[in-house]
Amino acid sequence: MTILLRSALALTILLAGLPAQAAIKVLATTSDWGALTRELGGDKVDVYVATSALQDVHRVEAKPSLLARARTADLLVANGAELEIGWLPVLVRESGNRRIQPGAPGYFEAAAQLRLLEVPTRLDRAMGDIHPLGNPHVQLDPRNIGIVAKALATRLAALDPANAAYYAERGHDFDTRWQLAIARWNSRAAPLAGAPVVVMHRDQVYLCHWLGLDEVAAIEPKPGVPPSAGYLGQLVVKLGAAPPRLILRNTYNDQKAAEWLSARIHVPVVTLPFSVGGTPGAKDLFGLFDDTLDRLLAVTK
Amino acid sequence: MSGYHSIAALCALGLTLLPITTEAADDATALRAELQSLQAQYAARVEALEARITRLEAASTAPTAPTETPADISSAAPPDLAPALPSSDSRSATTAFNPAISLVIGGSYHTASRGPEDWQVAGFMPSGGEVGPGARGFNLGESELTLGANVDPYFSAMLTAAISGENEIEVEEAFVRTLALPAGLNAKAGRFFSGFGYLNEVHAHAWDFAEQPLVYQAFFGNQMAQEGLQLKWIAPADLLIEFGIEAGNGSAFPGTRRNRSGLDATTLFAHVGGDIGVSTSWRAGVSWLDQRADERVYEDVNALGDPVANAFSGKARTWVADAVLKWAPDGNAAQRQLKLQGEYMRREEQGELAYDIDGSGLAGAYRGTGSGWYLQGVYQFRPRWRVGARYDALNTGTTRIALIDDGVLGAGDFPLLRAADPDRVSVMLDWNPSEFSRLRAQYAWDDARAEGVRDRQFTLQYLFGIGAHGAHKY
Repeated sequence: MTILLRSALALTILLAGLPAQAAIKVLATTSDWGALTRELGGDKVDVYVATSALQDVHRVEAKPSLLARARTADLLVANGAELEIGWLPVLVRESGNRRIQPGAPGYFEAAAQLRLLEVPTRLDRAMGDIHPLGNPHVQLDPRNIGIVAKALATRLAALDPANAAYYAERGHDFDTRWQLAIARWNSRAAPLAGAPVVVMHRDQVYLCHWLGLDEVAAIEPKPGVPPSAGYLGQLVVKLGAAPPRLILRNTYNDQKAAEWLSARIHVPVVTLPFSVGGTPGAKDLFGLFDDTLDRLLAVTK
Repeated sequence: MSGYHSIAALCALGLTLLPITTEAADDATALRAELQSLQAQYAARVEALEARITRLEAASTAPTAPTETPADISSAAPPDLAPALPSSDSRSATTAFNPAISLVIGGSYHTASRGPEDWQVAGFMPSGGEVGPGARGFNLGESELTLGANVDPYFSAMLTAAISGENEIEVEEAFVRTLALPAGLNAKAGRFFSGFGYLNEVHAHAWDFAEQPLVYQAFFGNQMAQEGLQLKWIAPADLLIEFGIEAGNGSAFPGTRRNRSGLDATTLFAHVGGDIGVSTSWRAGVSWLDQRADERVYEDVNALGDPVANAFSGKARTWVADAVLKWAPDGNAAQRQLKLQGEYMRREEQGELAYDIDGSGLAGAYRGTGSGWYLQGVYQFRPRWRVGARYDALNTGTTRIALIDDGVLGAGDFPLLRAADPDRVSVMLDWNPSEFSRLRAQYAWDDARAEGVRDRQFTLQYLFGIGAHGAHKY
């Protein structure tokens, strides 16, 4: 009953405060694209992020709160490549919001701006939960973020022509800072090149690709398929013979399997933020990569 | 569920295809020769395509790869990771617009301490749906085939056909919906599951238990779908506030099709929902349904135990209240999740009840007020594993039958309408090897038939989905 009363109260307050929307309302599906939209849009955008770095974005539900945000959004910034396929299509369809339907200017997919890695040549779910368009976890290569930023700045300008110059300037400013940061990260990460690593779920593929890490094994035998005791046993044998430098784990991954393997093969587990907000250090996009490298370099010294 | 549809058309299609396959078998040698020549052709084509891909790659890396990457690790994507380029030769334009297709195959193994033939819900006129427990032993469940796509920039269309184990095809839903209405409006037309309550719109493969709660079985014959129009509006607010109105032809229980042009069934519903912190989300709603029945026939026995067919004509008004709450640590449902849900329904039926319509033709006023509810909890205690428990209850409430009150007939002539409180307790455990497969064990103590007449049911159920990755509602 209290919920109902509170809802009724909230409803009254909300309806009373409806008008006065100056900024572009943005619904971003992940914290990374939310952070990028804030970098580019400044105070001209009002960003709501649908998920957090502690959630498996593929397994989020079409929650009522998200439906409400989809209804009012002027721009939907999605990751794409079917990462959000279990819930975003429902939100977009049910929202009654024609501005964010696929094909409309208010529908933006980050992955659509990029060349994806691991595009499967054979589509068969016997291979696990594979993504037909390629590996969708594109944000862990900062060069990808630079490319998406350009497209997103252009989109913001198209949606809000009155502030086009503002977005262009912020876009340019971000790009300058971002390219400098990439140069910094690249030189810091030089010692990591070629290091053999074990990953969880093929969700660090872009990070490994960027840094030149050598993915020697994945703890999940196939995407979305948890490891069996037998498979982990095989891993111990295989990796015991040629130990990797690191085991990579994201904050949203279950830590048990990684810790188990770590104890057997005496290789440290590094918990990476994966997305903005995944660790205290990953406050924004710059922090995401600073912290990722800090954590990687701390154990490889 | 409403009417069953013949599969004759599909059978005919199948038969026309058969002769082709037999003929083909005779020409196996000719085919082999043809295949060989095809193989040679393809080898040449693949070579040509490979050359083309290398060329295109060289051309496309320039604009997409970050050109100003300064440092040493800036090696472009290795050639083996290059994305497959959609080649215009490899795709036929006729299949490019195929709709998303998904198929859910389900079935069960069922045991029960009582024969399922005499299953009924005491105190309620039968809803006519396929609501009873399945036959003992192995059963093929409904196979749900769904096809959907955007029609054009303004509409999308969807069809869900349920192919039953009894070789019948039922159109569960077939509707078009709008994509481009302004101001948060959304309209649907066709046959669709009504938007009232929570479970009514949920397809069978997504149910948390092997069957619907008693209240849905008795009040709507599992789920209410009828032909009509729906208009929904979402308020522009941070809290979900949704209103819906439906007008239908009234063909679904408790209504009947009345062959009139007017509106025979109206549904109104409202939902409110939001988050409490990052871990909890909720939705609650109220709905009201106004339906009309004309000679809605049901079978009962009279005081002598002889079968009779009785019929109700009149109005049925139903109130529904529903609430769902989901909790997951940090909102990450991939690890652990708790889902609590409950619904309450109350129906008033007022009109005329005819007794033994094929014989005596007696009729008199009827008024009945029944209610029911369920409460369930499902907990995913570790990835892939869920346990759940549900309690269902119904209450006949007050029933006034003029034929009995006036002394024309006795209460023994309407045994099915005698006051009763049927209930059922169900527990389940399911294992989900992936997003696309589910195996479930369920045990139920079912007291629906009558007070003290308990049926113990055990069900093993499987559900497998293939094809397009489905997206589920909240």
